Amino acid sequence: MRRFYVLLLVLVGVGASLLALAGRSRTSTSVAAWPDVPPAADGFRGYTLGSDSAPVEVVEYVDIECPICAVFATVQFPAIRDQLIAPGKVRWRIRDFPLNNPAHRNARFAALAAQCAGEQGKFWPMLDSLFSHHDWAQTGRDVTALFRGFAQGIGLDLVRYDACVQGQRYAGRIRASYEEGAQRGVNGTPTFFVNGQRYTGGSTSDGFRAYVDSLLARRSARRG
Amino acid sequence: MIRRQAIALLALAGFFVALYLYLYKIGVYGELQCGTGSCETVQASPYAVWLGHPVALYGVLGYAALLVVGLVGARPALAARRWPTLALASLATPGWLFSAYLTYLEVFVIHALCRWCVASALIMTAIWVLAITGLVRSAP
Repeated sequence: MRRFYVLLLVLVGVGASLLALAGRSRTSTSVAAWPDVPPAADGFRGYTLGSDSAPVEVVEYVDIECPICAVFATVQFPAIRDQLIAPGKVRWRIRDFPLNNPAHRNARFAALAAQCAGEQGKFWPMLDSLFSHHDWAQTGRDVTALFRGFAQGIGLDLVRYDACVQGQRYAGRIRASYEEGAQRGVNGTPTFFVNGQRYTGGSTSDGFRAYVDSLLARRSARRG
Repeated sequence: MIRRQAIALLALAGFFVALYLYLYKIGVYGELQCGTGSCETVQASPYAVWLGHPVALYGVLGYAALLVVGLVGARPALAARRWPTLALASLATPGWLFSAYLTYLEVFVIHALCRWCVASALIMTAIWVLAITGLVRSAP
């Protein structure tokens, strides 16, 4: 009986020590270590979804850590994709606008992970993973392993992904996107521009459908 | 008696595993120590939350209950009583079924294995086997 209690106490000691040791891994170096970089001048204008000849272009300035952006991406965007993008009415362009906010410590890192996935032709699946599993957002935790798991899940070459993320290859591109948004008066996310005009309607699939249909109707009337 | 002691020890180990996952889930730990596994993918999936609470919390509570019943039942004064055996089997069976369901989700739905979750599933399986064999042996 005494041996049982000794074993029990040893197990308590080992378990508590391991938990305490694990607590030391609480860091968020991935973002804290991100240096300021000049905006890239590579001419990149954001990843797009939809036909190049679509009559309407929507530009979305997005912060991937933003909960409203995540709700929009997971609840509204699937219908927009089916009803407006797939039929060729709309081309959707994503521009990074990671907010400079202590609650969004991983926003730039998320943008970088998506850009690094884009380098391998998987921007949209990565964006989908980041938004669909949004538990990481606004926790301040080190999300390096989580994002790498997403990268693995969508089939990225992890050696290339790691090199891209660690080298912060697209930090300048993200900076350029942010500055572009700031110049256009973006001060929150998501912010939309439809054919160059700021969209102030409802951020819902119904709102976009009504607005796009009205634009297309006006266009047809002008031609007729 | 030996079975109840073994269950108590296993439940304590399972308690620490579940507590680790729970503390990670609520943001106490920055990163899971997972080696080459896919713990973060599993923990970030919608299946890591059930009825509004992290699944790991149910593990913490379940293992704690098994630990308490195992410790109480391991006292010499209760060695001949059958109720601790019944209580352990009643706790271990839903625990094992839930563990099996979570493992199924990992393999066939999430397509990622979290080694801590696998460890918990193995511990729960061992507890269930001990509890059921104890129940069978103690049958009147």
